[in-house]
Amino acid sequence: MNKLGLIINKEYTTRVKNKKFILTTLLTPLGFLLFFVVVVFIFSHESDKSYRVAVLDQSGTEIPIPESNKRFQFSKADASLDSLKARCRRDELDAVWLLPRFAGVDVKQYSTYYYSDKTLDIEMESKLSNYLSSSIRQHKMKVLQLDQIALEKLNTDILIDPEPVYEDAKDKSSYASKIATVLGGIMGYVIFFIIFLYGAAVMRAVTEEKINRIVEVIISSATSTELMLGKIIGVGLVGLTQIVIWLILIPMVYLLVISIAGFDQSQMEAMSANMNSASVEQIEDIELIVRELANLNWIKIFFIFLLFFIGGYMVYAALFAAIGAAVGDDINDSQSLTMFVSIPIILAIYIMFQCIKEPDSSLALFSSMFPLFSPVVMPALLAFDPPWWQLVLSLAILFVFGYFTVVVAGRIFRTGILMYGKKASLKEIGKWIFTRQ
Amino acid sequence: MSQLLELKKVTKDYAQVRAVNEVSFSVPPSCIFGLLGPNGAGKTSLIRIITGITRADSGQVLLSGSPVETLQNPSIGYMPEERGLYKKMKVGEQLIYLARLKGLSAPEAHKAVTGWLERFEIMSWWNKKVEELSKGMSQKVQFVATVAHNPRLIILDEPFSGLDPINSNLIKDVIIDLKNQGSSILFSTHRMEQVEELCEEIVLINRGKAVLQGPVRDIRRDFREHLFEVVLDPNDSIDLGGLAETVDHVLGRYILRLSKERSSNDLLRYILDQGKTIHSFSEILPTFNDIFIRTVNEANHE
Repeated sequence: MNKLGLIINKEYTTRVKNKKFILTTLLTPLGFLLFFVVVVFIFSHESDKSYRVAVLDQSGTEIPIPESNKRFQFSKADASLDSLKARCRRDELDAVWLLPRFAGVDVKQYSTYYYSDKTLDIEMESKLSNYLSSSIRQHKMKVLQLDQIALEKLNTDILIDPEPVYEDAKDKSSYASKIATVLGGIMGYVIFFIIFLYGAAVMRAVTEEKINRIVEVIISSATSTELMLGKIIGVGLVGLTQIVIWLILIPMVYLLVISIAGFDQSQMEAMSANMNSASVEQIEDIELIVRELANLNWIKIFFIFLLFFIGGYMVYAALFAAIGAAVGDDINDSQSLTMFVSIPIILAIYIMFQCIKEPDSSLALFSSMFPLFSPVVMPALLAFDPPWWQLVLSLAILFVFGYFTVVVAGRIFRTGILMYGKKASLKEIGKWIFTRQ
Repeated sequence: MSQLLELKKVTKDYAQVRAVNEVSFSVPPSCIFGLLGPNGAGKTSLIRIITGITRADSGQVLLSGSPVETLQNPSIGYMPEERGLYKKMKVGEQLIYLARLKGLSAPEAHKAVTGWLERFEIMSWWNKKVEELSKGMSQKVQFVATVAHNPRLIILDEPFSGLDPINSNLIKDVIIDLKNQGSSILFSTHRMEQVEELCEEIVLINRGKAVLQGPVRDIRRDFREHLFEVVLDPNDSIDLGGLAETVDHVLGRYILRLSKERSSNDLLRYILDQGKTIHSFSEILPTFNDIFIRTVNEANHE
């Protein structure tokens, strides 16, 4: 095995065999699941407290009082406001809702009064106003003698189906761009996440080597370029391993939890009932989405995704490695230098979100060519089917730039890795790049 | 005999400083060679050039007569002053990795590492992580890492710093063994008693320049001041008859400086002829400590 291979092998196996790696790899999917469950629980939490609300109707019209439900028990009150307030104080009622005089069908805004010692939270307020608003709507319809069915006929759903101009181009449904947007966002985000996570891991690995003082021994056995590339590739492979494990594990954990704890039977029935009652349109929609997904050239997307991943990872990991080599003994020193690498990649993710909204914009074209952004932006645009020349040009720029980054980072690495003590200044780093050793 | 390592006018500049200034010296095969010099003299810079970690700006480094073009030469073993190992890696695994980086195959590396660990009686550490070892223990491991691939030239930067006397002696014995097996050991130190004890040849570097070099025995002879210590009975005194002058004398113990053109035999005979009892007679050779301080001070005043 050559030296680069040996270094890659060592970097890979020591990390993969590490207990911490095994634990995080196995526990992260569980952690995500737990997080997901907690979030769902928090959002689905409904207060089981029910409020007794007396509606004091002084509107002078026949507004129907809202129907009682789990949350609110409405009762029509005839007593005076003061005696109702007294009942609140005796805890026989939770609130009094005073509906003042209602001027008639021309009223656009209607102020009502809610007397209670208990907080009126945002959710309750919006529920109450919705109830009353629909009651008033019914009342107005009655007064104006409007027909519910006729009113509904006023609403029209609009669909815009994109059609190609060239005869041989594939016809796409209106879902194509929506699917592309979601898919692009996911791909851009995944690349961003991987580059950031494992790029930083490369940086830590380099700094640790420096702090451990072993680097001089290694550098007298292998070249600094071999050491740097070995670390970058080794850590990159660890990242890929982790992602592959997650891709297998997350669906498995998900299925396992469903089958053990499971949805209860009633929920399943409710779901299938929903399916049955789904309108013909909905079923057509689902078929369209599936057809669009099948229409995408997945093999092409996967390979191009992989190429951008490799290129982007090389560029950023090399930069992170150089920073790792330039910082001193204190790993915290790296923060100010890391900024120079984190800012472009965080910018890239914002640009990516803008680009998937406007894939034909000049911003999208520029940033899909600019090598610090293209690894995140171009994969996001893949689902929009950019022309071949753009893909090839973008990849070519990325890899040429990647090559130069590795060379420049190698120079910083070569000098920096043997410097002990203080962090190098930017001026010094600049000098390292331009001096031969 | 052809030299194992030859340096010819090696020069290296860092930003404003000339760290190594036209240094030339050579290390013969099977030799313990001392690289001496005060702190910051350029020893580590020089070692880094020899090991191929950095390149000289000018001059040549020859190993067995051919230029060291392939960097990271496997016939060199290097133990830097800044010691370090991968803390999280196990001892055996780590040593095999380092030996393989030096070009050994996996079975060769395994055999060599096992041999060394057995020799140091530390086979039981094989599965220990380095972070579990004490400082002295990890120094031994570090030494094994340096010599496991059986290099012809072993470079040790301050090999004894931080070692207790027992481990120091152990390493010393191994160094002598390696020398007897044909390897050369180049080590830097500023502990002069080790130079006298171990080194056959030295080079003394000061401010980047080689200011003194040669076999240890010759250097001490060159620096001798013709001083002799003569011990007589406490109450005896001597007449020197112009053969020597008294530098110091306490209760029959004389320090004498022999006049030029006179031999120690002349002096001995002259004293014996006076019927005095001589308990001891020996030449006082300058210690390497003195030589070191004198040479460095002289060089600094130039």
